[in-house]
Amino acid sequence: MAVIAGTDSTGRKIRWTLLDIVVVVYALVPVLWILSLSFKTPETLNDGNFIPRAWTLENYRLIFQTPEFVRALANSIGIALIATAIAVVLGTMAAYAIARLDFPGKRVLVGVSLLIAMFPQVALVSPLFEIERSLGLFNTWPGLILPYITFSLPLAIYTLSAFFREIPWELEKAAKMDGATPGQAFRRVIAPLAAPGVFTTAILVFIFCWNDFLFAISLTSTEASRTVPAALSFFTGASQFEDPTGTISAAAVVITIPIIVFVLFFQRRIVAGLTSGAVKG
Amino acid sequence: MSEASQLSAENVAGASATARGVRGGSAGSTGSARRAKPVLSEGKKAERRLGLLLCAPAALVMIAVTGWPIIYSVWLSLQRFDLRFPDQREFVGLDNYITVLSSPYWWTAFGVTALLTVVSVVLELVLGMALALIMHRTIVGRGLVRTVALIPYGIVTVVAAFSWYYAWTPGTGYLANLVGPDTALLTERLPALAIIVSAEVWKTTPFMALLLMAGLALVPDDLLKAAAMDGASAWQRFTRVMVPVMKPAILVALLFRTLDAFRIFDNIFVLTSGAQDTASVSMQTYNNLIKGLNLGVGSTMSVLIFITVAIIAFVFVKVFGTAAPGSDQGGRR
Repeated sequence: MAVIAGTDSTGRKIRWTLLDIVVVVYALVPVLWILSLSFKTPETLNDGNFIPRAWTLENYRLIFQTPEFVRALANSIGIALIATAIAVVLGTMAAYAIARLDFPGKRVLVGVSLLIAMFPQVALVSPLFEIERSLGLFNTWPGLILPYITFSLPLAIYTLSAFFREIPWELEKAAKMDGATPGQAFRRVIAPLAAPGVFTTAILVFIFCWNDFLFAISLTSTEASRTVPAALSFFTGASQFEDPTGTISAAAVVITIPIIVFVLFFQRRIVAGLTSGAVKG
Repeated sequence: MSEASQLSAENVAGASATARGVRGGSAGSTGSARRAKPVLSEGKKAERRLGLLLCAPAALVMIAVTGWPIIYSVWLSLQRFDLRFPDQREFVGLDNYITVLSSPYWWTAFGVTALLTVVSVVLELVLGMALALIMHRTIVGRGLVRTVALIPYGIVTVVAAFSWYYAWTPGTGYLANLVGPDTALLTERLPALAIIVSAEVWKTTPFMALLLMAGLALVPDDLLKAAAMDGASAWQRFTRVMVPVMKPAILVALLFRTLDAFRIFDNIFVLTSGAQDTASVSMQTYNNLIKGLNLGVGSTMSVLIFITVAIIAFVFVKVFGTAAPGSDQGGRR
């Protein structure tokens, strides 16, 4: 398919460039379409043109004046950040132990977290709905944070332990031999080496939490804890007699921005993170 | 200097031994070097304690949020429990299972889910392999290709689903207008299913491609060159050299995507809300639970989905011999 045996290097370059363009078009067209919709004026919204004929920022102004959306955005950011922080801390501890220590039950832990990674989340929705209602967690931030932590922990543990295995831990010993205290050795030598892995994991976990829809619509009932993906699906427009297409598109673009930023700046890390623990035997 | 390097070589051996879970004599002191600094004989014990201590919080959260609810949902599934009629709550044995398993709605949803899963995973494998080859081997703009390919992976599924929804909305959408102004494809069953598949494939192919790319990286270049010298065509090199080496990666990717595809929900929710018999099992469960407020039947469906997924995983591991990913390292999503 793409294994090319051409000798003419410009010919090869052209062929690869064409393939690259196919990939770029594939990946970007749906994103550009929603972007285009978000800039369309109400009059041109339904003309079916891929590129807007008249541009406006009105949809963005409207969406940020809609309390429903602003509240959901705050919920999304808060819940995703807190869940990410906790999952990464717990995941780092566990991954360190898995990568570096020998203790009973290690395999069980790895197996259990794998099971959870593959678990059909909808199977948890019914019991969690009932349990959270009786515990008073239903429709609260912790009510979403808890399942997010749980389902991102396997991802965090796998990615981090893969990264931790690659760290040359003997440098720590060497630093100590050169007179560093254990604290210094950790801060100056190990922490900088581990930081990229932890950071990458944080991005992946954040994307996961940011993305969730099923828990967000099942375990919330009002805007008190509804996140943007859930709010979007209930959004009917800034006012009743308005077609919500433009505003939904604008809101969709707003919550896509963090993803685009991560991808643009940390592409290499995300690829490394996603492939690191994936295939090793 | 030479002493130090010798020491570190020893530590490398120790560290990798620990990593594999093999008991090594020097592993204890290496492993617990930072926190606990006990005497050698105590080292092993301290290491175990530290290991358990470090894993405990993660394990507790995972068990509390999944283990207990699973047991609880089995219990709920054995009861008549409708939140609209809470006083009628009673133990009914397997009645809910009979209700669900004899319901045509359940089997339609099951069939739809199975169909969507198989079709989208097959398409993803083919497209993902092509994308993986492009990302791995392209000689121009490798960074660019990898960056844009991550966008579908990262984008919020609901956002992508809205993009497809509006694209196929008659009048509004550029795709709907290509087909014809008067056809509303999302309101016809088969076209709607095809659109759901395309949305799913678009979103998840890059993830498949990344897992496959990790496998591609394991194919030795020398082997490919040798095959080429022996006169193997590009296709032969792909099927005879690359695919066999990549087999574990392919199987892990397939396993993960199959299980993931089986829980399809977001795309269907936005694209059709399950109208025209396009609901998946997850959609049906959600409808029974949140819209119908029927906890008994909803939990029954949850349990049935859980069992199905367990069977799929079991078949993969047994029949295809996927390197049981539980063993120390493996795939994940």
